[in-house]
Amino acid sequence: MRIVKIIAIILLVAFVGIQFIPTTRNQSDTVPETDFMLVNNVPENIQNKLQVSCYDCHSNNTQYPWYNKIQPVAWFLEDHIKEGKAELNFSKWDSLSNRRKVSKLRSIVKQIEAGEMPLDSYTLIHKEAAFSEEEAKEVINFMTQLKDNL
Amino acid sequence: MSKLKSTLGIVAIAFITLTAMSCKDNKNEQNNADGNHSEMSADEDHSKMNHDNSDEHHDGDKKEMAMSGDGNSQAVLKDYFNLKNALVADDNAKAKTLGATLATTLGNFDVSSNFSDTQKAELKDIIEDAVEHAEHISESDIDHQREHFKILSKDVSDMVAITGTENTLYQQFCPMYDGGSAWLSLSKDIKNPYYGSQMLNCGKVQKEIN
Repeated sequence: MRIVKIIAIILLVAFVGIQFIPTTRNQSDTVPETDFMLVNNVPENIQNKLQVSCYDCHSNNTQYPWYNKIQPVAWFLEDHIKEGKAELNFSKWDSLSNRRKVSKLRSIVKQIEAGEMPLDSYTLIHKEAAFSEEEAKEVINFMTQLKDNL
Repeated sequence: MSKLKSTLGIVAIAFITLTAMSCKDNKNEQNNADGNHSEMSADEDHSKMNHDNSDEHHDGDKKEMAMSGDGNSQAVLKDYFNLKNALVADDNAKAKTLGATLATTLGNFDVSSNFSDTQKAELKDIIEDAVEHAEHISESDIDHQREHFKILSKDVSDMVAITGTENTLYQQFCPMYDGGSAWLSLSKDIKNPYYGSQMLNCGKVQKEIN
């Protein structure tokens, strides 16, 4: 019994301890001029979808859920965001050359088509982020059109 | 005494569990961080690995490809063809290594030689794009590798349009893969990098580039 107590205390101390380790937050008040939504004429329904399904990890502004304040969840999220932005950052869209935009758009379409994005670990909690068949089609069509016009 | 021992033992186990748990997160972090620089670390690895590789692997290409002074675009082409051959051979692991090698070579590309400003800007752009695809190839399964290889091929063709080539190249085309896809080869013979053994000879020569 004492042993269980000791373990519980150790775990608790560790859990509290890691809460003090700082994480960087991906938040910004301003939408930069280079943002995908500002430089492209994006229909509203697609804007909403991208905002909900993509922007948390692929832009400079994440809508943090409450549990992100708790470690070790925060670490996990931080990494995802860092990785996501390195791959594609909608906030900096217009700083890309046309060649790179075409590459990105192609990848966006492929990822959605293959159901690889949004990540399962993300849609598990953000149910609304998942793409319905209809939504996927709309976004894919829009992105394809954008690509063909570049 | 034995009680003390067992308590100590349990505390140790608790610690190990904890460390393991936090390690898991760390590992995650590291993995991801690695994911981010994997370009780098992979490159380092690969530049080493590739020395072995280049010996056995370039043999075929070496014969055809006389390397000369202008290392830049020729080196890119050399790595590109090695990568292409790995995809033809359905060799995912080798393509990973060679993708990383190509990324390094592209990263070292020196644009400052005798091109016009517009050409320099375009080359820079091409290289930037190509590096990304090469990096993806260095960490993907073979289907993804082939998807990226398609765009990479376009980049390399555009590069050649500016830099020229010492050897005659053949632009080849497979109408079946992803709505039609092209690649470059040193030989007229069709060996399809998009399908490999599944459809090795699908395609035709589209253009001769001198």
